Amino acid sequence: MTIQAYLLLSAITFILGVIGVLTRRNAIIVFMSIELMLNSVNLSLIAFSAYLGDVRGQMLVFFVMTVAAAEAAVGLAIIIALFRNKRTVNLDEINILKW
Amino acid sequence: MLSLAPYIVLFPLVGFAVLGLFGHRFKNEKLVGIIGSGAVGLSFLTAAAMFIHMLGLAPDQRKEIIELFTWISTFTGTATSLSVSVAYQIDQLSILMVLIITGVGFLIHVYSIGYMHGDPGFWKFFAYMNLFIFMMLNLVMGSNFLLMFLGWEGVGLCSYLLIGFWHDRKFETGGYKPGTATTSDAAKKAFVVNRIGDFGFLLGMFLIFTTFGSLDFDTVFARAAVLSVGGGVMFWITFLLFVGATGKSAQIPLFVWLPDAMAGPTPVSALIHAATMVTAGVYMVARCSILFALSPETLQVIAVVGALTVLVAATMGLVQNDIKKVLAYSTVSQLGYMFLAMGVAAFTAGIFHLLTHAFFKALLFLGSGAVIHAMHEEQDIQKMGGLMKYMPTTFRTFVVGAFAIAGIFPFAGFFSKDEILWKAFSSEYGSVFLWLAGVLGAALTAFYMFRLLLLTFEGKERFDHHIVHPHEAPKTMTVPLIVLGVLSLVGGFIGIPESLGGGNAIEHWLAPVFEDANDKLGIGYHSPSAMEYVLMALSLGIAIGGIFVARAMYLKRLEIAENLKNRFPGLYKVLWNKYYVDEVYDKGVVTPTVRLSESLLWKGVDVNVIDGAVNGTAKLMNFAAHYVRLIQTGVAQMYAVVFVGGILVVIAWIVFR
Repeated sequence: MTIQAYLLLSAITFILGVIGVLTRRNAIIVFMSIELMLNSVNLSLIAFSAYLGDVRGQMLVFFVMTVAAAEAAVGLAIIIALFRNKRTVNLDEINILKW
Repeated sequence: MLSLAPYIVLFPLVGFAVLGLFGHRFKNEKLVGIIGSGAVGLSFLTAAAMFIHMLGLAPDQRKEIIELFTWISTFTGTATSLSVSVAYQIDQLSILMVLIITGVGFLIHVYSIGYMHGDPGFWKFFAYMNLFIFMMLNLVMGSNFLLMFLGWEGVGLCSYLLIGFWHDRKFETGGYKPGTATTSDAAKKAFVVNRIGDFGFLLGMFLIFTTFGSLDFDTVFARAAVLSVGGGVMFWITFLLFVGATGKSAQIPLFVWLPDAMAGPTPVSALIHAATMVTAGVYMVARCSILFALSPETLQVIAVVGALTVLVAATMGLVQNDIKKVLAYSTVSQLGYMFLAMGVAAFTAGIFHLLTHAFFKALLFLGSGAVIHAMHEEQDIQKMGGLMKYMPTTFRTFVVGAFAIAGIFPFAGFFSKDEILWKAFSSEYGSVFLWLAGVLGAALTAFYMFRLLLLTFEGKERFDHHIVHPHEAPKTMTVPLIVLGVLSLVGGFIGIPESLGGGNAIEHWLAPVFEDANDKLGIGYHSPSAMEYVLMALSLGIAIGGIFVARAMYLKRLEIAENLKNRFPGLYKVLWNKYYVDEVYDKGVVTPTVRLSESLLWKGVDVNVIDGAVNGTAKLMNFAAHYVRLIQTGVAQMYAVVFVGGILVVIAWIVFR
């Protein structure tokens, strides 16, 4: 396998994540799509790390994953708080972020 | 020793700061008075010590420039980059001015302790006076045009503040707002008229900078000294500077502010509007003598304006009844003499007259202040008379002042005025007409001064004894009067001309300052001639004649004045109304300006254009925002779409460029 395959996979998952963020209405799914984008970037980082024989890229990915876990906890907490206030997690019904 | 110069400037500034910041907390008038006078006194002592030191130096070592710091500096890399320092220059001319300003200033400060006693603004008065001294010292000690201009504007500001010191008092102004004017109107008039002159000074300064590439006196004068006489640029530079001088020194056509400036407290009139500030224009012409020497046409203009001012102001002074206004017109007239001297390239004579005038005019003003004080703020000499027995000291010193200003031998005014008259006659730039104007002015001066003296101090007592109880002024007021009286008597001895067996010390002292200018103008040494004695006797005789006419008219046969008034009603009316100059200015300049400002500039330009532009901008923003904000839907995903679109555009630009 060459690096192109990894990068192609990474690009495809990233684009899927973007499409998910832009098109889905449910906040949870949007959130998962964001995680997908994050991990697709992790994948390309790992691929380059292995390709260049440099272990530092893999170390960096561990850090990214740790931060992502923390961020997921915060994000889910926000969604719960949002649901408690609005009784919905549909993003197109939450439009107070204006004027 | 000469490097102490900055301290001269520093003391009054410290005095101003202390009094201005903490003066209202000092409950004790004495303390305020001591701080205010002490600051000026210290400056005087420093200057006097420096002067004595300078006497022992060789003439070419008597000049020093002390640079404190760079004030403005623009390095544009060209030859004409502007660099101005706060630097003080001490030389023969400026030390003389400093001695006058701090010496006479100190006496007037001391006098003010008595005169302003009990005034609620006592501390404020002394703070302003100290600020004035500071600014005036900057004017005469600055070593470049900009620092001089700072002082020039600063004294104008102090003049404004002090004329309007009693800002709510009613004051009879010349021509405008009859009946309702207050002293602050007089202050405004002084300020605005001065501004017109200052504009000329400013333009002159710009022209100097573009011509000589510097504003430093030394650099400019050195570059000017190698030019040949004549040329349009030099004419305009000197002419514009002279316009500035006409404003500050109250010459035709800008003299109208000075009589109204008498609205201020009398010590202010003595210090600012007689002894020092109004002589700034004379000093400036003397300082720039080399520039004026390059333009004989301007000198001609100055001489004619000076001579005209002598006559016009002296005739106006003939009929005034306000004691201070008579002195004000006499000041304008005496300043005319100084400019006449400058115009005939007799720079030393002009400075000499400046010096003696500072003594006797300060004396006369302070004397009039003592009279006004004694008469309970009455200034009309028609309501005085016979005061000599109530206030003998004031009377005696006033007589000395009157003799000095009339130019009677051996009082100070005789030597300086005679020097001017002789130079007006004999100089290459003088003429018989200038001399004639000067002599006529001298006769008028003698006449109106003795009219004032006699109506005030002698003759019948025309005041109401039940209301007014005249009394001699307190010691703080009479001591300065006596000192100034002595100076008015002996001050002229420093300039006794060769023809009278004197050494003319002031001429030798100032010679290095005016050397270049005199070389340029081709003025050399003249040995005394018989003509000098003839003219001297003539002018002295005519002055004495003026005194006797005044005695006859106002002491012996009072009906003569009344008869003359009835025989020439037209002439009297013209003089009484001061040639209608104020009325003409009011109708010709002030009213049209006010009308234009109100209808066009205020209601037209300001309301429609300026306010319109400001409000229009706001309205445009409001209108635009009303539509633009609709883009912001509040749906986060919408923003994300735009965001992704932006990224795609950036990527596309990177890939396909």
